[in-house]
Amino acid sequence: MPTVIFQLPDGTERKVTAASGTVLMQAAVSNGVAGIVAECGGNASCATCHVYLDAAQSELAGGPNDVEDEMLDFTAAERRPTSRLSCQVQLSDALDPMLVHVPEEQV
Amino acid sequence: MSADRPGVAGVVVVGGGQAGFSVVSTLRAGGYDGPVTVFADEPHLPYQRPPLSKKAHTEPDELRVSLVPESFYGERDIELRLGDDVVALDTADRTVRSRAGLSVPYAHLVLATGARNRPLPVPGADLAGVHAVRSLDDALAVGRALTTAQDVVVIGGGFIGLELAQVARARGARVTVVELADRLLSRAVSPQLAEHLRRRHEESGVHVHTGTAVQAIEGTDRVRQVVTSAGTLPADLVVYGIGAVPRDELARDAGLAVDDGVLVDEQLRSVSDPRVSAVGDCARHPHPHAPGLVRLESVQNATDQGALVGRRLAGQPPAPYANLPWFWSDQGAVKLQIAGLRAPSDDVRLVAGDTPGRLAAYAFRGGRLAAVETLDWPAEHLAARRLLERETPVLADELTDTTLGGLARARRAAEVRA
Ligand SMILES: Cc1cc2nc3c(=O)[nH]c(=O)nc-3n(C[C@H](O)[C@H](O)[C@H](O)COP(=O)(O)OP(=O)(O)OC[C@H]3O[C@@H](n4cnc5c(N)ncnc54)[C@H](O)[C@@H]3O)c2cc1C
Ligand code: FES
Repeated sequence: MPTVIFQLPDGTERKVTAASGTVLMQAAVSNGVAGIVAECGGNASCATCHVYLDAAQSELAGGPNDVEDEMLDFTAAERRPTSRLSCQVQLSDALDPMLVHVPEEQV
Repeated sequence: MSADRPGVAGVVVVGGGQAGFSVVSTLRAGGYDGPVTVFADEPHLPYQRPPLSKKAHTEPDELRVSLVPESFYGERDIELRLGDDVVALDTADRTVRSRAGLSVPYAHLVLATGARNRPLPVPGADLAGVHAVRSLDDALAVGRALTTAQDVVVIGGGFIGLELAQVARARGARVTVVELADRLLSRAVSPQLAEHLRRRHEESGVHVHTGTAVQAIEGTDRVRQVVTSAGTLPADLVVYGIGAVPRDELARDAGLAVDDGVLVDEQLRSVSDPRVSAVGDCARHPHPHAPGLVRLESVQNATDQGALVGRRLAGQPPAPYANLPWFWSDQGAVKLQIAGLRAPSDDVRLVAGDTPGRLAAYAFRGGRLAAVETLDWPAEHLAARRLLERETPVLADELTDTTLGGLARARRAAEVRA
């Protein structure tokens, strides 16, 4: 069961665990992590599940797919090299513990 | 403490849907520490409705539609009364009474009662095998029916009907959509884009009859056929979606102003009583993008309105409700998204994307971009939202040889240089 540590914009941290293969967005939402809105429920249509992966883990997680890549240009908070839509990122043992930075705004 | 900040009597929310959830989660996130009670007449934890018409649900445990797990409410000391509806509201005493007999005083009351499906006004609408979809239980019933259904008639060519048509198609049924208007999605989507969408549905094997009235549904114990103005269609399952009406009767009975929705001001407060707010599908409100008052039925509207009221009740400075309306609908593989509010008189220009299937309809009002509909083009939708949210208008002639995505990138680059 990988652990995910969400670092919130106010400096606090939320630690949750979820099964390998779970989508990162789902792990956040089902634990009520503030700042991951996920309005479209994981359909890659809303970009309100934007996160910054930790730089050290970003490469291991792989890059965004084509549609996601285009969408990331229009997130509410600025795009950074490690930006992903969390509904397109799967948890894995290789990324345990996973470090995720939640952006200031989503909508 | 502002006059609006509730004291010991706390906040009572009527309705445990998308908007009610947004109110209470924002309220606690904003630091409100008074009592919070949510009355939710359905037996389920507050859940999302969009998946209900986009997937065929067969097993309850497949239905991961809850907004948050039950622990969320306990941890935040939110009293969630599932399966108990508010049956009376006394605005003089400031109390609500529930079906189970509970009487709860409030400092502020939020109506988040949503909408109910418009009933189908034809003979036979009560036969077994005829379903509307609004609740989780409806979706489960349709999911079960689809395991055997072969001939499905969908009444209503709006978002929900078209989504359900694709769900039935994916299960291998023969599917016919019957729509009274002369085109699909006549209320919410431009004729130009709706025409493309119709083609996509027909390509997937769905039969579409527009300009056709349903006259009766026939069968003995259960539905057997649907009689329309263009002939009779065999049917072992009928699903309909012909619009929704706001659940505003509690407000009306309490003497609050109601007109196809609870009438609220720009702060989403009842125009008759500052101790009552209304949010989501049940509220009719002013909006800078619409002439007169509007009532919107979307997740965005429910979430953002709930958040505005939650923040206000948590003591943050009030701001008028002005969020950009946006919407999405997944019709089988086709992703339809809308940003802004189109008016029937807007000039619409269709723009093809760089890959096949991607399409945008730009709606201009007085030469300025007012709304954008896209098919299978989420990035263009998001660019539209970013641009429409800004003060700087987008002019028709700025878009003669670029997309909104191109324009948004160019503007951002110019800002960075400046
Ligand atoms: C099948 C379907 C698909 C949809 N798809 C999309 C989509 O793709 N995109 C989109 O943006 N929007 C979609 N919508 C619309 C969206 O779900 C609604 O706009 C949103 O749920 C409105 O939230 P709400 O809280 O106002 O109402 P609801 O979510 O309907 O919640 C209101 C709740 O209050 C309860 N209630 C009513 N009266 C009382 C009472 N007196 N006491 C206690 N409880 C009461 C109701 O039973 C209900 O559970 C869809 C809707 C449906 C039905
Ligand atoms: S949840 Fe909407 S894009 Fe991820």
